[in-house]
Amino acid sequence: MSGQAQAKDDAPTAPRWKSGSNLERVLAEGHFAVTGELGPPKSMNTDLVRKKISQLKGFVDAANITDNQTGIVRLSSIGTGIILEQEGLEAVIQMTCRDRNRLAIQSDLMGANIHGIKNVLCLSGDHQSFGNHPGAKNVHDVDSMQLIRMVQEMRDLNKFQGGEEIKGGGPRMFIGTAASPFSSPIPMRPYRLAKKVAAGADFAQTQMVFDMDGFKEYMKKVVDLGLHEKIAILAGVGPLKSPPMARFLHEQIPGIIVPEENIKRIEDAGKGIDSDDKKALAEAYRAEGIKLCIEQIQEIREIEGVAGVHIMAILWEAAIEPIVKGAGLYPRPEPAPLDDDAAEDA
Amino acid sequence: MIVAEQKSLPDLKRMMKGKKKVLAVGCGTCVSVCFAGGQKETRGLAKALQTAAAVDGDELVVEEKTVQRQCVQEFIEPLADDLGEYDAVLSLGCGVGVQTMAERYPTTRVLPGLDTNFMGQPTEPGVWEERCVGCGNCVLEYTGGLCPITRCPKQLMNGPCGGAEDGMCEVDTSVPCIWTKIWNNSENLNLMDMLMEVQPPKDWSTSRGGGMRRTVVRDDLHQPFAIGKATTAEVEAAKAAEGSADDGVAATVAADPDASAREDAFLKDLGLA
Ligand code: SF4
Repeated sequence: MSGQAQAKDDAPTAPRWKSGSNLERVLAEGHFAVTGELGPPKSMNTDLVRKKISQLKGFVDAANITDNQTGIVRLSSIGTGIILEQEGLEAVIQMTCRDRNRLAIQSDLMGANIHGIKNVLCLSGDHQSFGNHPGAKNVHDVDSMQLIRMVQEMRDLNKFQGGEEIKGGGPRMFIGTAASPFSSPIPMRPYRLAKKVAAGADFAQTQMVFDMDGFKEYMKKVVDLGLHEKIAILAGVGPLKSPPMARFLHEQIPGIIVPEENIKRIEDAGKGIDSDDKKALAEAYRAEGIKLCIEQIQEIREIEGVAGVHIMAILWEAAIEPIVKGAGLYPRPEPAPLDDDAAEDA
Repeated sequence: MIVAEQKSLPDLKRMMKGKKKVLAVGCGTCVSVCFAGGQKETRGLAKALQTAAAVDGDELVVEEKTVQRQCVQEFIEPLADDLGEYDAVLSLGCGVGVQTMAERYPTTRVLPGLDTNFMGQPTEPGVWEERCVGCGNCVLEYTGGLCPITRCPKQLMNGPCGGAEDGMCEVDTSVPCIWTKIWNNSENLNLMDMLMEVQPPKDWSTSRGGGMRRTVVRDDLHQPFAIGKATTAEVEAAKAAEGSADDGVAATVAADPDASAREDAFLKDLGLA
């Protein structure tokens, strides 16, 4: 529907879709989008990948596949992404500037696209010193901003970064970026998003948001700048699993602020339970974490300019289903299929 | 300046193994300012190595000499006569000094006594910080005089990553996030518009990616005889071409073998004196 309308508005030569990905079409039809996250294993165990797929499929419009996150070697995001596509779960491959130079990035993007991958999240990448190969040499030939621009020019201008034409057309990717509303310097963050829009990003996923007031302030500035009309902003959320996990996020992960009241709420859920009954405690914490996450999604939905949520259930994929259902975001929409024209355009 | 640190004693002892007489050569410039390879440090290290060898029951004599500038061939010339006596030279120059020695004296084993760290500055007593990676394509114009290529561990050129918290860098929380510093000062410098422009991918060909860099800074000074590599015939020919009889450095050096005069001539040649 709105896909067709969009096509009419576009210049006659412009393809109907940037990528034709499910995520792009869900957003184009005005649905509140839901993405999730799938961390590949530190092995070639594809059964594990398939298990996680079964926990996400049907509950998210697309799933991010991390790219050696925290600098730890894992099954490649593209390799894993191909399995997702085969299994009918749309992939958003993450692509960091840490491990690849501009040659490898461009070649991998084309390789991913021919295997049906249509979304990419452009990242600088966690520093290798956090991972399991701290002596590795990092690349950072381009930065995340330059990466966005490079993918956009490959797609829209059919040209390699070096200037040469990509014969037959470049990879058609829906371009994502990360946004971190609570990192230093905080007043700069909306402007940084503006720069990413200028570079060519189509959607943004934010770092996990718990501090609703802070996020509302950020979004207000984003809306004032008119950015929400140019980029789909998916607010990052995640269920708190236990009080220690909540504190860990707050203290150790840059850009995540977990207000004390949130931590207290998870703690209180364990009150009255025998502290030796670890299983019952864990269940109580988890149930409260899911409940809190659902409430946060509902609050986020009311914020002007937010186009969806990105649910990060770290090592807890089973939480996705109750969260999505609890937030009233199930079933996921099925956007109008790509017609033949669109497929050809793409 | 170039900042370096002495290698660990076990590493140095390993290098000394099997040698009987070694010359430790210090350098009086950068590495003396950072207390790694100046005269004092060279003396101290020579003594320490000799003592350590004695404790292990090894016979080792370590003599020492410090030249003013080990990275310039002129200044290591006076070592030529004595080097035959030694089994090896332990250079306490930076990596440039070690190589100047190794290339000038190809039949002498030249060992590195220092780990050369970076180009930087002292920021507080006993602390040196890196300031320049020598990428050959300076970006300080866009960043208010603060270098993200050097000071951001991800070499970001378009603003900070999501890792900066309370103004500090996620990779080392004792170090400020340079992009936060750049941003915080951008209003003072009226740099906001520039910071909002997407900087295109950098041309790294001037950096290490292109292999060893060879820069002729001043063509007017690039005369083979100026660095003492030309034959007498070449020097004469060049002089004749220049129409001047007494204006080449090689001539000055030949006329006055005194070291300080040589240094003056060298500096003059570089336009520094
Ligand atoms: S925190 Fe700042 S200095 Fe550190 S990696 Fe990120 S942008 Fe670079």
